[in-house]
Amino acid sequence: MSNTASVNATANGGWRRKKQAGARVRKAAAYLFLTAGSLVMAIPFLWMLSTSLKEQGLEFEMPPKWIPETFEWSNYSFVLTEANLLQGFMNTMLVISLPCVVGLFTSALAANAFARMDFPGKNVLFTLLLATMMIPGVVTMIPTFILFKHVGWVDSWLPLIVPGMFGAAAGVFLLRQFFMTIPKELEEAAKVDGMNPFHIFVRIIVPLSKPALITQGMFGFLAGYNDFLGPLIYINSPEKFTLQLVLASFQGFYTSQWTYIMAGSVLALIPTVLLFFFAQKYFVEGITLTGMKG
Amino acid sequence: MKRKEYVWAYLFISAPILGFLLFAFIPLSYSVYVSFTEYSGYQPPVFNGTANYEKLATGDELFWKTLFNTFYAALGIPIGMAVALGIASALNQKIRGIRFFRTMFFLPTISSVIALTLLWKWIFNDSYGLLNHLLGMIGVQGPAWLSSERWAMPAMIIQGVWAGLGINMILYLAALQGVPRSFHESAEIDGAGRWQRFAKITIPCISPTTLYILITSIISALQDFPRFQIMTEGGPNYSTTTIVYYLFTNAFRYMSMGYASAMAWALGLLILLITLLNFWLSKRWVHYE
Repeated sequence: MSNTASVNATANGGWRRKKQAGARVRKAAAYLFLTAGSLVMAIPFLWMLSTSLKEQGLEFEMPPKWIPETFEWSNYSFVLTEANLLQGFMNTMLVISLPCVVGLFTSALAANAFARMDFPGKNVLFTLLLATMMIPGVVTMIPTFILFKHVGWVDSWLPLIVPGMFGAAAGVFLLRQFFMTIPKELEEAAKVDGMNPFHIFVRIIVPLSKPALITQGMFGFLAGYNDFLGPLIYINSPEKFTLQLVLASFQGFYTSQWTYIMAGSVLALIPTVLLFFFAQKYFVEGITLTGMKG
Repeated sequence: MKRKEYVWAYLFISAPILGFLLFAFIPLSYSVYVSFTEYSGYQPPVFNGTANYEKLATGDELFWKTLFNTFYAALGIPIGMAVALGIASALNQKIRGIRFFRTMFFLPTISSVIALTLLWKWIFNDSYGLLNHLLGMIGVQGPAWLSSERWAMPAMIIQGVWAGLGINMILYLAALQGVPRSFHESAEIDGAGRWQRFAKITIPCISPTTLYILITSIISALQDFPRFQIMTEGGPNYSTTTIVYYLFTNAFRYMSMGYASAMAWALGLLILLITLLNFWLSKRWVHYE
């Protein structure tokens, strides 16, 4: 009797050991896979950095040197000033600040109404707004261009600034998802005290929703900063070029001068990469919030 | 009291609704009209019936070629999804340094498309690029990539998969973390192996996420174009001209706004059809709790 029990126990223990060993192998394989994958992701960026620091012409050296003998920092000062990247950066900041701030505010107000207030036609209007997220940008691109051409806004920043200030459907959706999670009781007391809905929004909802607002604000910044198609369609004068347009124009101006092109690309990446490092959490939460609860 | 709240609510939603009318509804309606006209953007549009649509259907081989190219490029979607799921599964086993790995895969997602495209144009350079250098180290003579009619599109697919992994990986990771542990435990007791559990439990549990990724990826892949413009300018011999690139060229280079509008509507309807088909097919493979 005790004999069989101990046989069982050893068999069981062996099974567990085997299972643990299996788990260890699997984990090692996962690390290996992830490290290899990270290398595939990182190497292009390192190559970009390496090229950007080479002396003009040495980027064609074969086999390539990963670490140049001397770091040619002047590539960076050249693209910033002579090649107008700094000017492009300032233009981008001017163009995206208003849509970012005002657009976030208008999106949040609407999201607040859709999440926490009752009014006739709510569902129809919300569905309508969601439907705009489904309309391919391609279809509205041409008529919107015609519209702005008629009001004389082509080759100005206004087509890039004004539409964004009305708020974005995606923003309304993301913020609504978040606002729905705030308990209703919180504003009941404020209502009894006679606060109007705008005060309730500003004093109660906004302070509680900082993470969601930051997330949406960053998505707006990212979209505006990286936008290429909008400026490409509307802006013609080089002095009005946004950062992305300036960078894209490098190809034509500095054909095969890869040290300059890569230095410009490195600089263009810095703002968003910094932003991501400081606010990784918000990005991840924002993506999962919109992606999962659709 | 109630009515007063309605007024507030309508005020709150007024900006996005006005935005919808001005920048979606009115342009869309106008675009339907323009698609039945000849319109250069300078003279007023001239009605020409269904001529634009007839030209699309029968008279423009390049349109069909670019449509084919677009679907060819979309081959990157299943590849990218599979890789993203692989990475997410690896990350989902209580890995140390998860933040580091996640950042590595996510970096391209937040990076400027133009910068990444220029970078890859340099990597794909046939004589001095990194890729052919690395291939040379293992004794493979790399193709001419972007200047080869045969290899330009595969190169674009590789670049697209690399750049798009991050977001799908994060979505899949969140979905995997939501799979109830008890499902796996009871299946294990019933003797189901690791692969069996992956196929019979994990895959069905994360199928809503798969559908979401599939639909959003298809919608954006069918409209993909700036990276093609920078990397190949649609060549060689139109082998990487996507439909939106072609449409853009028609509208803003040749100034045939009417014809381009017809093309936009054809593409818009195609996207709608594919999305509906996706939803319809999803009834067979997507499981909601």
